[in-house]
Amino acid sequence: MAAFKHPQILLASSLADGEVLFLGAAGWERDHAKARVARDAGEASALEAFGKAEIAANRVVDVYLADVEIGADGVPTPLHYREKMRIKGPSVRLDLGKQASGGA
Amino acid sequence: MTAHDTTLTRPNAPVTTYRYDDFDAAFVKERVAEFREQVRRRLAGNLTEDEFRPFRLMNGLYLQLHAYMLRVAIPYGTLSARQMRRLADIADKYDRGYGHFTTRQNLQYNWPKLVDTPDILEALAEVEMHAIQTSGNCIRNVTADHFAGVAPDEIEDPRPTAEFLRQWSSAHPEFSFLPRKFKIAVTGAAHDRAAVKVHDIGLALVKNDAGEIGYQVYVGGGLGRTPFVAKLIRDFVARADLLAYLEAIMRVYNRFGRRDNKYKARIKILVHEKGIDAVREAVEAEFAGMDRAVFSYDPAEFERIAAYFTPPPYEALPADSEKLRAARVAHPAFGNFVEVNVAPHKAPGYAIVTVSLKPVGGIPGDATSAQMRVLADASERFGFGELRISHEQNVILPHVKQDDLFDLWKLLDAAGLATANAGLVSDIISCPGLDYCSLATARSIPIAQAISKRFADLSRQRRIGKLGIKISGCINACGHHHVGAIGILGLEKKGQESYQITLGGDPTFSANVGELLGPGVTAEQVPDVIEHIVDFYLAERQEGESFIETWRRIGHARFKDVLRREGEDGAGI
Repeated sequence: MAAFKHPQILLASSLADGEVLFLGAAGWERDHAKARVARDAGEASALEAFGKAEIAANRVVDVYLADVEIGADGVPTPLHYREKMRIKGPSVRLDLGKQASGGA
Repeated sequence: MTAHDTTLTRPNAPVTTYRYDDFDAAFVKERVAEFREQVRRRLAGNLTEDEFRPFRLMNGLYLQLHAYMLRVAIPYGTLSARQMRRLADIADKYDRGYGHFTTRQNLQYNWPKLVDTPDILEALAEVEMHAIQTSGNCIRNVTADHFAGVAPDEIEDPRPTAEFLRQWSSAHPEFSFLPRKFKIAVTGAAHDRAAVKVHDIGLALVKNDAGEIGYQVYVGGGLGRTPFVAKLIRDFVARADLLAYLEAIMRVYNRFGRRDNKYKARIKILVHEKGIDAVREAVEAEFAGMDRAVFSYDPAEFERIAAYFTPPPYEALPADSEKLRAARVAHPAFGNFVEVNVAPHKAPGYAIVTVSLKPVGGIPGDATSAQMRVLADASERFGFGELRISHEQNVILPHVKQDDLFDLWKLLDAAGLATANAGLVSDIISCPGLDYCSLATARSIPIAQAISKRFADLSRQRRIGKLGIKISGCINACGHHHVGAIGILGLEKKGQESYQITLGGDPTFSANVGELLGPGVTAEQVPDVIEHIVDFYLAERQEGESFIETWRRIGHARFKDVLRREGEDGAGI
């Protein structure tokens, strides 16, 4: 297992429509602000294990952990620009993706 | 009209596009039904993602960064007005009101839902379209010159050949699981507008000393992480031997192409590692020893296909239009459009119009559903209901009377489709990059937009002249950056987007892979660097010289040196 350096959240894509999902306290969320945050390696492993079970149950695809930083408001924001893009939508079409409905 | 309007018949079908026969229609319909069942089983949990992925890819369905993406084939780039309208209807009903025209004569929808994709494929099948073999390790959508059938420099329309190859390669049992994807392009003209030398197989129609038409065959071209210009494997293949010869090439590739490493699995690597002479020897041996009767060329079948691509009923017109001349004088903006976006046509009194999908600051290749309908209407009013999609991500109206150009321009202008920049510095090829693509390592569209805005002045663009900028958001090179006169490659460097710049790429018969200018630069620096390059070219060029000609004459080192001085120690450039 890689060294645990940053808090992490679990991302996936919805099987039905491909939309980016975040594992929250009560299941998959479409808003990253509701993502459950793993603060140590054990919590991260638990998130990953849950994600694998969800893949096996054919509810989501393409599950992985992403490093985040926690803002003053407690909201996790991905550190890498790829995932920063995924929580919003295309940077060239602000009317599309999660940002279109003010969700990001 | 809806995407499922079955009342549509073919009265407005252009006379120069292939029409499905009963076999084609039944085949595509069966594939849709098959995929509908696969999607049902997937959503019901009877198929895992690993089991389902090959099925969805065989039908052009990817999972991208924000959603699924469906890639629709536009064989050899030819579309009817009816098909274009159907693409628009699908964009409205199942997507988000737009589509993205790609560098391989496809259209991509960026937001389809998995559950809707069988309905989308059914709507496509109703207008003789599909998404078969737009993905996967098979022979992909065969592409061709977008000026096919109308270019004055043409030896023969390449589309009958492309359609012939499409029928041969569709669901080919031996070549459905190749080591990697396989791309074929065909050109029939003296000037290559299909980039045949950067395809796995490139075919150029030629006439031999006996006056027979056949094919020059190039093998092993391609871009991606290991770019190569294709090598000539045969100077002349008679039409009668074409399928058998291509079959022989495919067999050699299928047998000897590497499968141990997906990055080395393309035929270009085989050609590079074994050498073209060894590959030629193997192909010729296969060709000589195979049972060619199975692949025998049926002239009647070729003629049947070719009959779909006969010229439309052109009027007998004077070579030059007085009405056009007067309108150009009276309306300078229109005059500029004609100068830049209108090309000569083989029929007197007609013209080929390139409709740029690159408005200043726009997203290269994107068209709204409303724009697609305007283009469909325009093609019916002014061009026998036929359109083409170019590998340069533009739309072509191939049969416009010179007398109609002004009325066409007004229609296009009202729809934001009259940007007079075809072939100029803002006519930028760009892949979707990290704004959409899960493989990308950096964004490419915003770079194209920034450069386009920097050179927004169209009169300045005309002074600069022909200059192809091509941008890719990763090393897979969907934006063809290697063959851009100025190529830009987006990568990740220390957690940031970084852009490498190459000069001297060329996608035509004089194909060349661009040379690296120096270390990568930031997104913000790219427009400045491009402007420095262009300014240096303008200072150095001789009368009538294009960018690529100046670069070839004075050499890469001069460009590199001057850019290094601009960046002082070169660190920023």
